[in-house]
Amino acid sequence: MTSTRPLTGTRQSQAIPLLSLSGITKSFSNIVANSNIKLSLNHGEIHALLGENGAGKSTLVKIIYGLISADSGEMYISNTKYRPKNPKDARKNRIGMVFQHFSLFNAMNVYENIAVGLDDSFSELDLRYRIIDLSKKYGLPLNPNDVVGNLSAGQQQRIEIVRCLLQSPKLLIMDEPTSVLNPMEIEQLFNTLRKLASEGTSILYISHKLNEVKELCNRATVLRGGKVIRTCNIKDYSTAEIAELMVGNSVKATVRTNKIFGETLLKIQNLYQDSEDPYGISIKNLNLEIKSGQILGIGGVSGNGQEELMTALSGELKPKKGKILFNGSLINSLNSEERRSLGIFSAPEERLGHAACPDMTLSDNVLITCSKTANLTKYGFIQKDLTKNLAQNIISKFDVRTKDFSSLASSLSGGNLQKFVVGRELLQNPKLLVINQPTWGVDAAAANFIRQAIINLAEAGTAVIIISQDLDELLEVSDDFTALVSGRISNPRPVGDLGLKDIGEMMSGTLLDD
Amino acid sequence: MIEIVPRTQKSNLISATIPIMAVILTMLFGGILFWSLGKNPFETIRMIFWDPLMNETFADYARPQILVKAAPLILIAIGLSFGFRANIWNIGAEGQFIMGAILSGSLGLYMYPQESSILFPLMIILGIFGGILWASIPGLLRAYFNTNEILVSLMLVYVAEQIMAAASIGFLRNPDGSGFPGSRNLSQYPSAANLEIIAGTGIHWGVATSIIAVLFFYILLHKHKFGFQVSISGISPKAARLSGINPKFLIIWCLGISGGLAGLAGMFELTGPAGQINIDFNVGYGFTAIIVAFLGRLNPIGIFFAGILMALTYVGGELTQFMLNLPAAAIQVFQGMLLFFLLSMDLLVNYKIKLKRS
Amino acid sequence: MDISSIDPVILIASLMVSSTSILLAATGELIVEKSGVLNLGVEGMMIIGAICGFIICVEFKSPFLGLIGSALGGALLSMIFAAVTQFLRANQVASGLALTLFGLGLASLLGHSYTGIKPPYLPKPNIPLLSDIPIVGKMLFQHDVVVYFSIVSVVAAWFLFQKTKLGLIVKAVGENQESAHALGYNVIRTRVIAILVGGSFAGLAGGYLSLVRVPQWTEGMTAGAGWIALALVVFSGWKPLRLIIGAYIFGGFTILQLNLQAIGIELSVALLSMTPYIVTIIALVLISSGKGRVGTSTPGSLGKVFMKVR
Repeated sequence: MTSTRPLTGTRQSQAIPLLSLSGITKSFSNIVANSNIKLSLNHGEIHALLGENGAGKSTLVKIIYGLISADSGEMYISNTKYRPKNPKDARKNRIGMVFQHFSLFNAMNVYENIAVGLDDSFSELDLRYRIIDLSKKYGLPLNPNDVVGNLSAGQQQRIEIVRCLLQSPKLLIMDEPTSVLNPMEIEQLFNTLRKLASEGTSILYISHKLNEVKELCNRATVLRGGKVIRTCNIKDYSTAEIAELMVGNSVKATVRTNKIFGETLLKIQNLYQDSEDPYGISIKNLNLEIKSGQILGIGGVSGNGQEELMTALSGELKPKKGKILFNGSLINSLNSEERRSLGIFSAPEERLGHAACPDMTLSDNVLITCSKTANLTKYGFIQKDLTKNLAQNIISKFDVRTKDFSSLASSLSGGNLQKFVVGRELLQNPKLLVINQPTWGVDAAAANFIRQAIINLAEAGTAVIIISQDLDELLEVSDDFTALVSGRISNPRPVGDLGLKDIGEMMSGTLLDD
Repeated sequence: MIEIVPRTQKSNLISATIPIMAVILTMLFGGILFWSLGKNPFETIRMIFWDPLMNETFADYARPQILVKAAPLILIAIGLSFGFRANIWNIGAEGQFIMGAILSGSLGLYMYPQESSILFPLMIILGIFGGILWASIPGLLRAYFNTNEILVSLMLVYVAEQIMAAASIGFLRNPDGSGFPGSRNLSQYPSAANLEIIAGTGIHWGVATSIIAVLFFYILLHKHKFGFQVSISGISPKAARLSGINPKFLIIWCLGISGGLAGLAGMFELTGPAGQINIDFNVGYGFTAIIVAFLGRLNPIGIFFAGILMALTYVGGELTQFMLNLPAAAIQVFQGMLLFFLLSMDLLVNYKIKLKRS
Repeated sequence: MDISSIDPVILIASLMVSSTSILLAATGELIVEKSGVLNLGVEGMMIIGAICGFIICVEFKSPFLGLIGSALGGALLSMIFAAVTQFLRANQVASGLALTLFGLGLASLLGHSYTGIKPPYLPKPNIPLLSDIPIVGKMLFQHDVVVYFSIVSVVAAWFLFQKTKLGLIVKAVGENQESAHALGYNVIRTRVIAILVGGSFAGLAGGYLSLVRVPQWTEGMTAGAGWIALALVVFSGWKPLRLIIGAYIFGGFTILQLNLQAIGIELSVALLSMTPYIVTIIALVLISSGKGRVGTSTPGSLGKVFMKVR
């Protein structure tokens, strides 16, 4: 293998690389996801794979893990040709992968989850012993009898890691592992990964969080639009430089010109809300206040009551106990349409299937939340022209890249669909907007566009609640910050007053008294 | 290599041609079936699809029969289609059909032999009510106890059949019938009879009602908010709830509509073509209507044509029984095949099949 | 009328015979549903099994070949369902209904020249000692092989899902199809196999009706037994051993009402005949009310269409 890249700063750069890829190309119907990818990984190296959403990171690691096969190109493991037909082949070659969306089974226990993912057969007792042994060694405590659905995201990730470690991998692929962890858990994970690397395991670390990558990784390969933009020694570059490599141009920061808060608009008192998901977290005794013109950021790892808080605020489910007051009047019993008539709009996390209906056209999707506020029906009859106009209006005002209002929602990219959904609510002049994971899975340009739109809305006097697990986003956009942990929140505090330690405490729930 | 790719825009053309392609495939494989039964496939297919409409000897009798058989299928299928769209599976229309007939029939038999112009309308209301009553059992159980409506509605078919058996040998038996099972013949009781509106055409009140129902429910589905709510509830229940739709409300309405229409069909069938309540009153319209609903793509206009087509296979099937001695069950297999081909090709509505060179 | 004329020993013995068919069908459907597939075509596969078994038994004069034929018949019909739902991604509810309608039609077409024939008897195994025990012997140890097979298969299903890797994989595919795929298991292939297994169980269940229980061929002879088997799976909360309890409760009601009819109790025949169905509805309501997914272990991906995503 010839390489023109400088291999500075790696410990074993002189040796044969553990894994090397060349000319990997993969296209789906009309999109080229990977184009002529070249990558090499040394033994014991923590190598970052960087790129924004849609850059082709996931496709590339799925090719390495044998989940999809490349159209062309070659892979070598320690100079032997490697062509996995399925993940079993990958595991045989001692490659393990921890997925961003865990490949776990909620109704099954930890032991069963691990056993089903192993190719070698162990006796039950032996395996249980090894699980406990390994989890102790790497600081990943696990009880084999716990039902997985009842565990936190951090604990679930441990199962995935232990499952990989049981096959003693030479290469561990981690796909966005910290997106579901709180700061303390992230620190723990990094310690585990460093220990593994020091024992000679290579780690391919996928992320778009540059601070983390700088802290953890040796080298980085940056992907953009399915191509390798650069492979570099991470210490030689500043965060801003890498960000520019990822996005392709310098990232504009959002602008806030005024901060004028009005009267208290929404007041939540002692709210209790049960989860619909049998493995979900219920909201317990939640108190919150927000003024018009204020942006409140609610951080915390998804699955800590975020969905439940959302449905309670949107009116999709009636609260079990407590009071929700809007402009001083009780709105507990109002459903989502009645709340929209008052000016309360919401944009849920799940775009396809909740905020929008995948198999319907964009103009039909407008009817989901605007039918009353935009007077789209007359005596119950749908005014087709009005819905089409409104959809077209959203498309042009919010720069939604699609043919026109007749496109199916499922045909839009994540970023474009999110712009459409946010635009749909914004055009109804909400007094209060509740938005869950506004830029999740969205490319940088679209994310920036959406954040600026939210800021503009607040400047015009709307109260905004942003629920997000992207801490950087919340600190950039919000006026006040709190975190939702185990269904409870601490008192919101102005973002400017918060230090990293405060945030860490809020996110790990240590401030909550029992 | 074959690749299945999702479509980015809806194609109405494909959606409309799929049922036609399914019918053609069914004819092809049905032909093979008939051939294997020792019949001439071309003759049999012609006798099913062509002769009832065009043959000089049979058409005069068969054409009105097609409408008479299509009417209950269309009425029931329209009702079912709303539920099916919303993922609410009422498969007990047969039972609701029976209960509509029993309830309306009871009033008619109770009033016999007094003549009154309000009896027939009252019986219509009771027919609808009987169907709604029977469908509301699975409806309420699903809405409030989350009980599987598929199984409950189906179980209630067997219960309804038992009630009908009890009625025809017990509480509704014709007192002048010298002990034979079965009620009085309501089609011979002028105030309760569902007569032909235009003599010789087969167009009775049920046929007229089914045509009105097609138009009414077409508008409800495509122009009215309710139709939108039904459709979105089927595709994304969460989006439906965000939109402000109460899922319980929708379950009860969808089952109510389908039950009411099935009960109505039962009432028209009892007072017209069937005449009396008897053990063999129901002939499976409630189940065949499931095929009709899918064949019509869960759309009232489509269901209208599907109902006519399915009635054609019934009437044509009877013809093949008389003329070719083809077993009655062959037609049932033929209808089942049609549903399978249709479901198989549904893939083409949402996906394109692409040939990919690797 | 004399209630004391009902012999409890015979009652229990006949209860086991009358439950065998739905117990077999339910065991098959439980395996199918564990893999995440809802096949509502049990009734259709049962009736096809009933006629296929009957034809083979009569033509080859062998009840054993007949039973094997019934299982093959059910499996063959389930292949249509597998093709339509797994490869052509059709809606499972609609396809299951189609399978039932198609199966009922095809069965009466196949069977129209077989009505009124008596098939050769399935000999009962002689279990020495055990069958001679007073009362218990007559109650439990004088049955045909299929009765014992149905109980053994329930236990085998329990063992499969509790103790084996294969069972774990099937459960995983049904619990979360995306995760199972990501681990490298072939979701479609697992499900197709489960559907075929379910089909053969349903077929055998039908064959037992036409060859042993009744024994003759009549059109529509399954009379909703397939649907009751489906209800039984819900009742069991997807736990195999509970199938036996459910099936025997149901069988008990069926036999009791038949006995009451026979001794001419002062209740209408219609009312007695509808009790099994009403009991099923009540059981479904009791099971479904108040319990979430945790209590019943409904497979998480039940009825969902699987599509590979990139």
